[in-house]
Amino acid sequence: MKIPALFNHDFPKRIQYLLCIGLVILAALTCYFTVSVIGYKVVALILLMTVSLLAMMFDIKPVLAAAITSAVLWNFFFIPPVLTFHITHAEDVLMFFLYFVIALVNAVLTARIRDAEKRAKGKEEKENAIRLYNTLFNSLSHELKTPIASIIGAVDMLRDQDEQLTSTARRELLQEIDQAGLRLKREVENLLNMSRVETGMIQVRYDWFDFSELVSTIIRKLPVEDGQRIIFLPEENMPLFRLDGELIGQVLYNLLHNAIRYSPAGSTVAVSVAHQAGHCVIKVADNGPGIPIAKEAMVFDKFYRLSNPARTGSGLGLSIAKGLTEAHHGQISLASNPAGGATFTVSFPAETSYINKLHNE
Amino acid sequence: MNRPEILVIDDEPPMQKLLEIILESNAYTYRKAANGKEGIIMAANHPPDLILLDIGLPDKSGHELLSELRMWYNKSIIILSVQDSEADIVKALDNGATDYLAKPFRTAELLARIRSALRKNSAAETTLPIEKGELFIDLGRRIVRRAGQPVKLTATEYKLLALLVKNEGTVMTHHYILKEVWGSGNQNDTQYLRVFIGALRKKIEADPNQPRHIITESGIGYRFI
Repeated sequence: MKIPALFNHDFPKRIQYLLCIGLVILAALTCYFTVSVIGYKVVALILLMTVSLLAMMFDIKPVLAAAITSAVLWNFFFIPPVLTFHITHAEDVLMFFLYFVIALVNAVLTARIRDAEKRAKGKEEKENAIRLYNTLFNSLSHELKTPIASIIGAVDMLRDQDEQLTSTARRELLQEIDQAGLRLKREVENLLNMSRVETGMIQVRYDWFDFSELVSTIIRKLPVEDGQRIIFLPEENMPLFRLDGELIGQVLYNLLHNAIRYSPAGSTVAVSVAHQAGHCVIKVADNGPGIPIAKEAMVFDKFYRLSNPARTGSGLGLSIAKGLTEAHHGQISLASNPAGGATFTVSFPAETSYINKLHNE
Repeated sequence: MNRPEILVIDDEPPMQKLLEIILESNAYTYRKAANGKEGIIMAANHPPDLILLDIGLPDKSGHELLSELRMWYNKSIIILSVQDSEADIVKALDNGATDYLAKPFRTAELLARIRSALRKNSAAETTLPIEKGELFIDLGRRIVRRAGQPVKLTATEYKLLALLVKNEGTVMTHHYILKEVWGSGNQNDTQYLRVFIGALRKKIEADPNQPRHIITESGIGYRFI
């Protein structure tokens, strides 16, 4: 049975006692004026209900106090002869006794259920935290240790076995070190950005940007391989946009990096930028395998990775892109064609200026 | 002698490239598989002399793959993995891995482990005497000498030493050693093992407190070098 937590019962104990007893007295008072109509036996049910409701909101001890108070009140004000603790009818004695027991049992049971619920919730939260921590730990150790292993191994070979190496092998080892270094740099940047997103420590610093320039800078930084191409499709007469070049640049980098990682050799990734209704709209479209509709919602989750035999990663890139876009008051979305290709769209409000157009004329 | 063939099952292209250069430069024949399925097929079609297996494969866990390989492949398998917790290592060794090396590793260490593992492939046939510094062990004639002096060992100590020497260079779990020396049913009595290892070290190590032959792999087992 699920009991709604009406209050986060963080009330101080004293207030809980006051509220419990006060509400019972209020209920009794209401009944006192209507008892001629409803009869004193129904009053017992109303008081029991009050105690049950209190049990859902407050700790066990104040509720027990309320139960006892209600029993006393019922006896004194309602069971004939009224205004005495004396009970004449055997039936009323039995009812009073039953009332007392039911009120107590009710209070205790409710408290136990709530307690169990609280414990189960705490346990679940703890398990989730542990699971997240383990995922983080595994993915981090893989992403950081693999390039470190490349560097250490390559350096060992160049230092200790140089005479056995062919010139090709030597060049390849240097390239390994280079790539591993870049990979480490990227992972560390991802981690730093993730913690910036998580702690909300992002300050947006606006400046005017020409997208052609921004995109070409990003493209130069990307590790494009196997004849993959990134093409930029700017809108005609593109204005300058006022934005944070570092944040949007990082978003673009992560989206493009993701696109080329999941695209086959020789494929094309297209970036387009448009100015629509006061928003800057960036689209990154690939012709990779696409993203199954069932997985679309998950790609922005931290550490989520689509399984792809040839690709590894920490699963942070898209989650960071989302966090940075949101810090820039924008939105990120994904449209996928299961037949092939995914399109990520980033949209954020941005001031524009056509000064560059004037300049060119 | 033919160049020993080593199959590397690892999904990381940079790691494959590095291992290719290390192995080819050290007179091994290198073959690669990028995932578990490919690894199984390659190992079955043309069994290599040794398999270097990554635990974190994309299509199935390396632990699973190890168990599958062990159903029919009885040469050495060395695990290479970024996961270096004692639990992971013990699990892999108990599943039949010959040895376990955590990434990042030193190249010299990898090559030493490969040599030990390859030696182990043919260890069953040879009981040649070995000499390690001032230590001389001839399992064929049951002779152990330290600095020229015969070492007297009890039957159990001898059994333990023989097991260590036969698996020279590769790590053995507590569990495995207990089973081999004391028989099944004693796998969890690590205190026996510690006592006998201590006794053995007193007899064969120059300084039992800084052992140079019987190396403790903390939380995992022992290695004889």
